[in-house]
Amino acid sequence: MSQDNRRLHWAKTSRLTYWVLAIWLLFGYVFPFFAKDLDGGSFLGFPLGYYMIVQGSLIVFVLLIVGHNFLQDRIDEECGLSDE
Amino acid sequence: MSDQTQGTRFVDRLGKVYGIYTLGFLGFFALMAIVEQLGASAQLIGILFLLFTIAIYATIGWLSRTMQVDAYYVAGREVPAFYNGMATAADWMSGASFVALAGGIYFGGYPYLGFVIGWTGGYVLVNALMAPYLRKFGCYTVPDFIGTRYGGNLARLCAVLVLVVASFTYVTAQINATGTIAARALAIPFEFGVWFGLLGILLCSMLGGMRGVTWTQVAQYIVLIIAYLVPVIWMSNAQGFGIIPHFTYGDAALRIAELEAEYGLVAAAQSVAGLKVLTTAHFDPQGGLDSWKFVTLALCMMAGTASLPHILMRYFTTPSVRQARKSVGWSLFFIFLLYFTAPALATLTKLQLLDPNLATAVVGKAIDDVSNLEWIQNWTAVGMLSVVDQNGDGIVQLNEFFMRPDIVVLATPEIAGLPYVISGLVAAGGMAAAMSTADGLLLAIANALSHDLYYKIIDPKADTKRRLIVARVLLVVIGVLAALIASLQLTGILGAVAWAFCFACSGLFFPLVLGIWWKRANRPGAIAGMIAGFAAGTIYLIHVYNGGDQLWSIDHLRFGMIGMPVSLVAMVVVSLVTEAPDAEMQAMVDETRVPTGKTILAETH
Repeated sequence: MSQDNRRLHWAKTSRLTYWVLAIWLLFGYVFPFFAKDLDGGSFLGFPLGYYMIVQGSLIVFVLLIVGHNFLQDRIDEECGLSDE
Repeated sequence: MSDQTQGTRFVDRLGKVYGIYTLGFLGFFALMAIVEQLGASAQLIGILFLLFTIAIYATIGWLSRTMQVDAYYVAGREVPAFYNGMATAADWMSGASFVALAGGIYFGGYPYLGFVIGWTGGYVLVNALMAPYLRKFGCYTVPDFIGTRYGGNLARLCAVLVLVVASFTYVTAQINATGTIAARALAIPFEFGVWFGLLGILLCSMLGGMRGVTWTQVAQYIVLIIAYLVPVIWMSNAQGFGIIPHFTYGDAALRIAELEAEYGLVAAAQSVAGLKVLTTAHFDPQGGLDSWKFVTLALCMMAGTASLPHILMRYFTTPSVRQARKSVGWSLFFIFLLYFTAPALATLTKLQLLDPNLATAVVGKAIDDVSNLEWIQNWTAVGMLSVVDQNGDGIVQLNEFFMRPDIVVLATPEIAGLPYVISGLVAAGGMAAAMSTADGLLLAIANALSHDLYYKIIDPKADTKRRLIVARVLLVVIGVLAALIASLQLTGILGAVAWAFCFACSGLFFPLVLGIWWKRANRPGAIAGMIAGFAAGTIYLIHVYNGGDQLWSIDHLRFGMIGMPVSLVAMVVVSLVTEAPDAEMQAMVDETRVPTGKTILAETH
């Protein structure tokens, strides 16, 4: 297992992690912060800001972890560094 | 499950075992419903529910007994992702989540919802920054990682200190919750309830350590999620809010806003000690400071999630790094099931009490009728509810209906007129939630003390038998201490829980994250980060709690907002002015970052 390969693996892993954290920031902080403004909109009969906090962001968090792991598994396999 | 039965491995039969268990529990529930129809008292049903479930947990604890170090500390690293997800969810969802969350949403409005976002979004951090790498590291405890990554006993000791303070703050609240539930269901004094709860907790964890706790937590998750979802869905169907209310309660939320405007949200003319009237709008974010309070609370809870040792150590138990990641996903999914139900429950229960068009309404009705309701009388008798006609107009106003926030979940079945068997189920669920979290926390503390303090620092030559005996003695001692403090009833359930998160993120978040993500982080930096962050947070907590001025509107629930930046700055500055870690340590960090290959620490150590 070459040193270059490991470097590439970590570069890809870090980049993926930054993207994940950016999405996390958006749904965990930015939308809830602007809940008052979002409340003008509506989703499934809920005021949008309220919906995002009680349900929307939570669903995004679950999907975000699943998506992150899917892509991370691919990176691991591409670099031949998967442990399964 | 025990060391003797090696024929077919228990982990290969998990689906069957827990499938039968779940059906058995549902069968028991049906049996209780029949027993109730035959005229059994509510009291008897409550007692049977508690005793039946605790007997099952204790049996699992007994069957999981072990004298192997890796089974005791990390469940033999053979817990599949799906089951580790359930165990983590039970570990995570405390008595506070189960009992107090919906009540908090009911009374707290927008600012309180920061807990909902914080206690779910934290798992994104756990998955992205921590769990896979800590699993690769192969540690038994969180201080084990700190001690090995940075080297030296002082770093290890600091981590043990933060862990103990954070987890101990949390565990007293959990034992308090088991005491409250046991006291009410078994009709015994609270002080006895606390000891009864502790006994149940120790039965699960003492013989089998992490292995026992893992398999009881899976069983406890199944009970707690059934106990949370069944009443909500039943209530929703009984009251005509839809088959599955989760996606359709938007109208209810809007209607509440109308009613709140109509009644007016005003403080009570005369307050009742320990009880609250509704004064915060269901959802009315003001922007500005209100939003600031929301995001600071969410940040403390998220960073706390990613630093709380009893959660992180669950990911040490999976067979591989990939399974560790996968199990974070399952964890959040199982947690999500409860967290997206709590706001629905809070909203529908509130609507039932407030909307005069509904038969269940209390507000706007004649005081004499309300006082005659059975559920009102039950809860008034134990001092957790009070309806007083303070303005003397004979009608119950919104600010004349007093309630203790944490009874919302427990009282919902009664408000909606469901059979008592549901209340028994809810009591069993609350007990499962509090017990499973207390188990994880007690084990985290006792393991850190026995592995890191005793074995790694005090007596590195101790043999396996001695180590495991010390671990168990510590478990009992800490449990007893926690129960003693819980019986003093110093804080409400939720205050102490938020503190635990703030202690953990003040002291441990950056040393853990940077230990993986910043190779330049070294021992003096980590020690400075832990001590400065933890000290700054603690001093600020004492300052605000005693009525000192708040900095940037940061109150005692969010003191991690002070601890974390101090910790980060101290760690970075001290690391940079001292020598870089040696090549060996840097290689260790590189090794931690790839999923393949041997763990950093030996399989058993």
